[in-house]
Amino acid sequence: MLILTCPCCGVTGEETEFHQGGEAHLTRHGPGASDDEFHTYMFAKENPKGVHFERWRHNNGCGKWFHAARDTMTLEVYGTYPAQTLEPPQEIRDAITAKRPGWTWREFA
Amino acid sequence: MSEAVTPLNGARVNGLATIADAGLTGMITLRGDLSSAEVKAAVQKATGLDVPAQRQALSGQGAAALWMSPDELLLICDYDGVAETIATLEEALRGQHFLAVNVSDARTYLHVSGTGAREILAKLCPVDLSPEAFTPGMFRRTRMAQVPAAFWLDEAGTFHLICFRSVADYAFNLLKTAALPGGEVGVYG
Ligand SMILES: [Zn+2]
Repeated sequence: MLILTCPCCGVTGEETEFHQGGEAHLTRHGPGASDDEFHTYMFAKENPKGVHFERWRHNNGCGKWFHAARDTMTLEVYGTYPAQTLEPPQEIRDAITAKRPGWTWREFA
Repeated sequence: MSEAVTPLNGARVNGLATIADAGLTGMITLRGDLSSAEVKAAVQKATGLDVPAQRQALSGQGAAALWMSPDELLLICDYDGVAETIATLEEALRGQHFLAVNVSDARTYLHVSGTGAREILAKLCPVDLSPEAFTPGMFRRTRMAQVPAAFWLDEAGTFHLICFRSVADYAFNLLKTAALPGGEVGVYG
């Protein structure tokens, strides 16, 4: 069971109050993109054992989207942060480094 | 003019708690910048209440203001007073970026009262409803079994619960079943 804190309304709730919305920090390649770019956006998703970044929605609560950094193996949540960010904030990266030194995820570390 | 009725049409049941249709109630969704002086003034003028803080419910004479999300309030008023309240909001917010809509018939509104009220809600919602954790004036949107719901607690110990009209029967039956005598858990003493 994941316990997530919604950064929009402050509720700390269990997983069933939320809905997972796929991989975080994707660049949405659309019209005008190359086939390779679109293919990567559409199909090439991270599936790590360990540190992962996702989009979540507080669908049974305030209804807002946000980001979560968590561990797919231990279900530990390193932190949640606003949807309006293009990359994980430094304090989230620091929280992960404290537990998983040397972690990497896509272009982030 | 058709006769307005609530989805539960006055249903009421007694068990470990009393679950009762709250009757026709005016509900207005207000979206906008909740921190702005204009919205605060408009809510004050329309309902006599302040803008509630995050996850709080403010109640007054026949009115309530509920914090739904960072940019959304639900205002409760008399069913027949909705048009006038919306007109007051629109007048006060002229030129601002906002939305005020009558959603009175979108939801069902229940009162859950009595000694078992905390416990039967706790059977259905993943929320800490102990008297220390959930206190009067708090407002919580959550999941009640398989549907979204929201509730707030008043000073008299009555829970005011709203959920969508389309699931009114489901919600009422859930609460009724949770309140069946013999199902006491006694987790809250
Ligand atoms: Zn939320």
